[in-house]
Amino acid sequence: MTRAARVGGIALLALLAWQALVTAFALPRFILPGPGLVLETLWTSRALLAEHAFFTTIEVLLGLILGGILGFASAILLTASQLARFVLRPMLVFSQAVPVFALAPILTLWLGYGLWSKIAMALLIIYFPVTSAFFDALMRTPPEWLELSRVMNARPARILWHIRVPAALPGFASGLRLAAVYAPIGAIIGEWVGASRGLGYLMLLANGRAKIDLMFAALIVLAVLTLILHAAVDAACRRLLES
Amino acid sequence: MSAAPALHLSGRATIAGGPIFGPLDLDVPAGEWTCLLGPSGVGKSTVLRLLAGLGGALAFDGTATAGDGRPLTGRVALMAQQDLLMPWLDATANVCLGAVLRGDAAQRTRARALLERVGLADHVRKRPQALSGGQRQRVALARTLMEDRPVVLLDEPFSALDARARALMQDLSAEVLAGRTVLHVTHDAAEAARLGQTVLLMTCSGITAIEVPQTPAPRRFDAPETLAFQGHLLRQLMETQ
Repeated sequence: MTRAARVGGIALLALLAWQALVTAFALPRFILPGPGLVLETLWTSRALLAEHAFFTTIEVLLGLILGGILGFASAILLTASQLARFVLRPMLVFSQAVPVFALAPILTLWLGYGLWSKIAMALLIIYFPVTSAFFDALMRTPPEWLELSRVMNARPARILWHIRVPAALPGFASGLRLAAVYAPIGAIIGEWVGASRGLGYLMLLANGRAKIDLMFAALIVLAVLTLILHAAVDAACRRLLES
Repeated sequence: MSAAPALHLSGRATIAGGPIFGPLDLDVPAGEWTCLLGPSGVGKSTVLRLLAGLGGALAFDGTATAGDGRPLTGRVALMAQQDLLMPWLDATANVCLGAVLRGDAAQRTRARALLERVGLADHVRKRPQALSGGQRQRVALARTLMEDRPVVLLDEPFSALDARARALMQDLSAEVLAGRTVLHVTHDAAEAARLGQTVLLMTCSGITAIEVPQTPAPRRFDAPETLAFQGHLLRQLMETQ
């Protein structure tokens, strides 16, 4: 059985179980709508969903790109400078003790209701996993390679750029793969706290109006977006590592 | 390449308080192939690392110098048991690694010529994973030649190869490294019997020179003198235990 058939089969089973649950307990549509209704809403509200999905996608992508760049640069800085390790590493760990979710209202206050507060949330939520995955990999360069470089009278900056960084790219890639899944969470939380567009905003709005079918439709769109993003990042990382 | 110097090392080395090798004296003649033969764990590789300037975590009480009195830094090339090729670089770029790491211009034409010399003319653009173990070690040899250092330190570079690849690699290395001061650490009596212009036996009690046959190295692997010498070396190794 191919992968697509397997995934399709599991999805179909899940839909059937969902419908069975709704039928068996005679759940009202404002508690749990059946899959048929949700699919119908998905179709009828497609323009609305697409519009909000567009903004969420922009936020997630920008957050991912900026967070990726910042994480890459931070890990290199931490590797290159002992002072940076001494000063920044405790700060990094401390920053993880503060729940990113709790920062959402502050970020909205500082950056406004527009795109940037959501981008900042996505960035903050992925910054640590990317930095730490890449930094760990940078610190695990095979010692024999470093010794060979020393015998060759290599310059430290060149060892970093020509040996440590390429050797650590698989670590950076695994950080990015995690980030692709985390970034949408950041954007959605940002939208919940204060926004006028985006899938998170739409879900909150639909919930307030007891349009649970629309909420579920938005949830499905979000899940599909995340899966596509993860697959795209995965494919990009593979190409990066093969080149 | 500047003139190949002799090498001297004397002293004792410890790591975290525990001894690695006792007081010993090592003399490596200039421009010759010297095999440092000994059982595992007597500190042969440590001797090599000290000469390469890779002392690192160990405490060395003594001196590691060149016969001409000038520092060894920048005059030493190292070839280890693993090929240490960068998997993301092709054979040519791996040969040019030293120049790239120093910020010098990479001489790709010269790198290709060296790869041709070690018999890899058809593989200059291949990545390490597309090469066999023997071919990879040839790339490492070309990289060592590219560095063009008068002193070459070999740390069991042939021990991971199969018998045929090993014999071919030994002949090739002896040919291309001729004229340099080579210190070759090995635990293989057959290898020392073939390659050593000087053979030193290293044991826990120190280093002793062993008289070598008249035939010039590299000696034929099936010549009676080579086999007799191999047997002699193996006996010495057995008796030291």
